[in-house]
Amino acid sequence: MIDIKDVEHVAKLARLALSEEEKQKFVKQLNSILEYMNELNEVDTSNVAPMEHSIKITNVMREDTVVVDFSREELLNNAPEEEDGFFRVPKIN
Amino acid sequence: MKEILKKTAVEQRKALLNKEISAVELTNAAFERIEEVESKIEAFNCLTKEVAIKTAKKVDEKIAKGEELPLLAGIPLALKDNMNLIGYPTTASSKILENFVSPFNATVTEKLLHNLVPIIGKANLDEFAMGSSTENSAFKKTKNPWDLNKVPGGSSGGSAACVAACESTLSLGSDTGGSIRLPGSFCGIVGMKPTYGRVSRYGLIAFASSLDQIGPFARCVEDAAMLLEVISGVDPKDSTSLNTPVEKYSTMLKDDIKGLKVGVIKELTGEGVAEDVQKAMQNAINTYKSLGAEIHEISLPYLKYSIGVYYIIATAEASSNLARFDGVKYGYRTKDAKNLMEMYTKTRAEGFGAEVKRRIMLGTYALSSGYYDAYYKKAQQLRALIKADFDKAFEKIDILISPTCPNTAFELGSKTEDPLAMYLTDIATISANLAGIPGISVPAGFDSSGMPIGLQILAPQLGEVKLFNASYKFEQANDFYTKISSI
Repeated sequence: MIDIKDVEHVAKLARLALSEEEKQKFVKQLNSILEYMNELNEVDTSNVAPMEHSIKITNVMREDTVVVDFSREELLNNAPEEEDGFFRVPKIN
Repeated sequence: MKEILKKTAVEQRKALLNKEISAVELTNAAFERIEEVESKIEAFNCLTKEVAIKTAKKVDEKIAKGEELPLLAGIPLALKDNMNLIGYPTTASSKILENFVSPFNATVTEKLLHNLVPIIGKANLDEFAMGSSTENSAFKKTKNPWDLNKVPGGSSGGSAACVAACESTLSLGSDTGGSIRLPGSFCGIVGMKPTYGRVSRYGLIAFASSLDQIGPFARCVEDAAMLLEVISGVDPKDSTSLNTPVEKYSTMLKDDIKGLKVGVIKELTGEGVAEDVQKAMQNAINTYKSLGAEIHEISLPYLKYSIGVYYIIATAEASSNLARFDGVKYGYRTKDAKNLMEMYTKTRAEGFGAEVKRRIMLGTYALSSGYYDAYYKKAQQLRALIKADFDKAFEKIDILISPTCPNTAFELGSKTEDPLAMYLTDIATISANLAGIPGISVPAGFDSSGMPIGLQILAPQLGEVKLFNASYKFEQANDFYTKISSI
């Protein structure tokens, strides 16, 4: 069972500010979903290798050459705030 | 509505070549239709008329010069609004991307423009493709053209509804756990999810990278096969795209299926499946028998764990993929944050909707220290067992069939308060994403209230030719696909 402290911890990891009401709701909903997921424990998987991908994936190599896909200006057009060609953010503390 | 809009892409192409209609006229007819019904359907987040007309004009120039037309040239198409088209918004139906304007084209967009396919708009979806009803959109609730009180399915609900309402002839969706096949089924059209890696994901906003795949919606199997042909292929910008030649699916539909081994998935028949859906399944089995196919019952014992496995893997991958929406580089940013941390947490709290937050929370929990082995690793192990079930089945049979969904479309608002009930609508579709195999939903009948039923067909990885062939034969032996909603 997860409680409100768990929800607060996970919300911090996920960088989500939650209202008290949301926290209460998530405790309830996440518990009911996790309870459903606990069914997976019926199956003994101790000898099964975890599968990351459904297809065989190998490294794809290419020449290490510089390709300019976007101009700085184009990308900064979507920035919430910019200054002198950089993204501007609030101070860290 | 102009009659031509009810036709398939194959028929529309003939009309273009015979000069019965110009590409500009056809595109304009689609926009007139949108004007007529869009206030009821609400399938589009934005229209992209300028690029559509510009493309249609190029098609008309080619026709006038007697030049050969690329596949699907001049046929109106809608993009799900999680795929990028230069100069237009790509919102993923999220407030956090409301003001984002694409500085680049997705690879599928490039391919469509290269083939001169007029892109008419960006279709609504569940926010970040998370949902089964399109009700999780931050902007609007798309309605099912067969009954405006019902959902179109999701997450590609706008893409499905606009084709079903004849606003567009074709569309693209993305399918992570059934997001093409489910709305295809609910809206009575063809919806197809290709083999993982068949279509480049470059320029598709990532939800769960090991499961996401772009695929076609169309009014018939032949149109869907053509569209897949156009968008498939290896891409240097997506290292998971498959370096395998693309077959000419649309020219390989008509093979005899005598002796084809069809497996009926035991776990998706009988109990839990609505009576009318069971009847439609029986009709599908009878159709295949009459076409000379062999019917076998196939059990997939680990299938029942697929929803649990999926909602761990998909949410874990999503929590990582959605970390990039932090208010720094693009999209929404909260006002007046005191410091950087507050900017992050408030931006994300205000920018994401309830379902997206729920999934980020679930995925972050599943990946967090102390729980990784119990959830994420466990899910990956079960994923291997689910795939092994399919591998074993495909040693004996050619294709698998089941209902696309145990029920037909449900009422708007009926499942929004119960996330688990919503997740359970994906029971039949999710396993194909876990196994990376192709799947399709083909119109297979109607329930007693006139709502469409879909037949799901699954094939082994890269078995698209077999999949389309078996779908086409079923479709042509029935007439369900010719029925169009009366809206």
